[in-house]
Amino acid sequence: MSIKTYAMAIRDVIAEEMRRDERVFIMGEDIETLGGIFGCTRDLYKEFGTERVRNTPISEAAIVGAGVGAACAGMRPIVELMYMDFTFVAMDQILNQAAKTRYVFGGKAKIPLVIRGQQGIGRGNAATHSQSVETIFMHIPGLKVVCPSTGADAAGLLRTAIRDDNPVMFFEHKALYSVKFEVPDDPEFMIPFGQADVKREGSDVTVVANLLYVSRALEAAERLAEEGISVEVIDPRTLVPLDLETIVKSVKKTGRLVVVHEAHRTAGWGAEIAAQITEEAFPYLDAPPLRLGAKACPLPFNLGLENAATPQVDDIVKAVKATLYR
Amino acid sequence: MISTERQLWIYDVMNKIRCFELKAFQLFQENKLRGSVHLYVGEEAVAATVCSLLRDEDYITSTHRGHGHCIAKGAQLDKAMAELMGKATGYCKGRSGSMHIADFTKGNLGANAIVGGGIPIAVGAALAAKLRGSDQVAVSFFGDGASNQGIFHESLNLAAVWKLPIIFVCENNGFGISVPTWQSTAVEDISVRAQGYNMPGYTVDGNDVYAIYEVMEKAIERAKAGLGPTLIECKTYRYLGHWTGDPQPYRTREEIEDWKQNRDPIKRMRKRMLEEGVTTAEKLDEIERLALEEAEKAAEFALNSPEPDPSTLMEDVFYEGV
Repeated sequence: MSIKTYAMAIRDVIAEEMRRDERVFIMGEDIETLGGIFGCTRDLYKEFGTERVRNTPISEAAIVGAGVGAACAGMRPIVELMYMDFTFVAMDQILNQAAKTRYVFGGKAKIPLVIRGQQGIGRGNAATHSQSVETIFMHIPGLKVVCPSTGADAAGLLRTAIRDDNPVMFFEHKALYSVKFEVPDDPEFMIPFGQADVKREGSDVTVVANLLYVSRALEAAERLAEEGISVEVIDPRTLVPLDLETIVKSVKKTGRLVVVHEAHRTAGWGAEIAAQITEEAFPYLDAPPLRLGAKACPLPFNLGLENAATPQVDDIVKAVKATLYR
Repeated sequence: MISTERQLWIYDVMNKIRCFELKAFQLFQENKLRGSVHLYVGEEAVAATVCSLLRDEDYITSTHRGHGHCIAKGAQLDKAMAELMGKATGYCKGRSGSMHIADFTKGNLGANAIVGGGIPIAVGAALAAKLRGSDQVAVSFFGDGASNQGIFHESLNLAAVWKLPIIFVCENNGFGISVPTWQSTAVEDISVRAQGYNMPGYTVDGNDVYAIYEVMEKAIERAKAGLGPTLIECKTYRYLGHWTGDPQPYRTREEIEDWKQNRDPIKRMRKRMLEEGVTTAEKLDEIERLALEEAEKAAEFALNSPEPDPSTLMEDVFYEGV
């Protein structure tokens, strides 16, 4: 184990995979000498050169499209988007091309493409640079959707993503980059997709959260423990494929579910989980599943407004209690 | 100069494309074929000539009007026709229909139903070739309409900055569905857009095999020398509607007849080959007859092929292998 930041965990996996497989290369904006604005590719160009660590023009659609083409032609590209909000600039290439190519071509194509970058609140980046957009990519079949909440998860899931022969949307969180975690040193450390992680065991209420909200859910669980309420916190880690089984198992035990995420609450992925749990475990539910997510307004710049728009630890505490009718 | 063998290859491919397209049109009119079908009749010289200079390992990306590119890049007519009819024996197991036919074994990275959607994909294939240090080249086919999409401009810039081995082939048939190019496009010759991306741009008669061949040869040489991309605009004309049901109020019968009678790429090539004594009328008649026969057989194969089994519906959404 090493102690390293979430950003360095990502950087090290990219480096190890580029050493291991010469078909792996990375392209994106400012990733060469600057090392990406969050440092996830720091100094990689020194080891691998500027052919394999490629600065690009500010042309997100073309970068993603070139990633799809290079993947079709036998390479294993990683495309770094500076903000995952910028996926919207490249949507045709992601949703119409990357996601559908294998299927419409009758299974002939493999698209080993990772599109990765950070998203979310925490730096005052306002409406077009603070969104949590992972749900959108869960809606269109053909993409795997990954959201690591710790340095170890980032490392293990990114390695799996790079070695996967399908397009993977890899969502990092900007507020986690400088947080230090214990990360395994094993250059073969991989976390399979579709395996949720029970981050804290409990018996009264199940809370499902991802990315930054895993730590917030754990904080809420800590506070609730003081009041004698036992909360189980589950991080699905990948939304596609989704490990519903682990959540079902937990809800059968607790009878209560709260889903909390930074993505907008309206039609957010929490709604999908709440619906699936209602279908799969209805007889076990002692309260309606509750959803917490960002309010239905663009993310504002002002910190007080940003906090008002997104779920706070207090909100999680209240929601958990509400499922207990307290 | 184009070798005799290659001239005959181009002539053969143009005839195959035309017979295939006219057969598909007939099947559509007989309600045996459904969906959006965009036919390439009249534009055959572009696909056939460009692909005559490519090998299996070279890449292409194609368009919604993609049957011609697909056939020119080596597709079998029977499997292509079966795909148009959505049959299990089609190139894509009946999932793609007319607009997404692909054959990776022949370097065909697919037709693309989004206007301009295939352009950056060809750029990526060219990038793969460059990273591997291979001598492969990529060709992106697209229409005049696609040259007004942002992705066209992003892709040309990216390919030029990275000096990628790619040739952008614009098929300017004068219309984006019903909108004439003069109404949608700020320049008369789309090739002038190459200047903005520091690459050579050529406008050629897209119904003249020999004119296309000449610039394509130069473009490939440039690509393989590591000098980067070229934009080639081929001015051509489609004889049929944008799609099979297009009532075509935006042009006159006289205009269409004029192109058919006076500028048809197949007739022109036949005339020139005979004038120059490249081959005999009997040989060309034979090529035409065989093309017709192959298209008929393709239709028969497609009609007699099984429908895809609904149990295969969820296959290939993801690659599940290890």
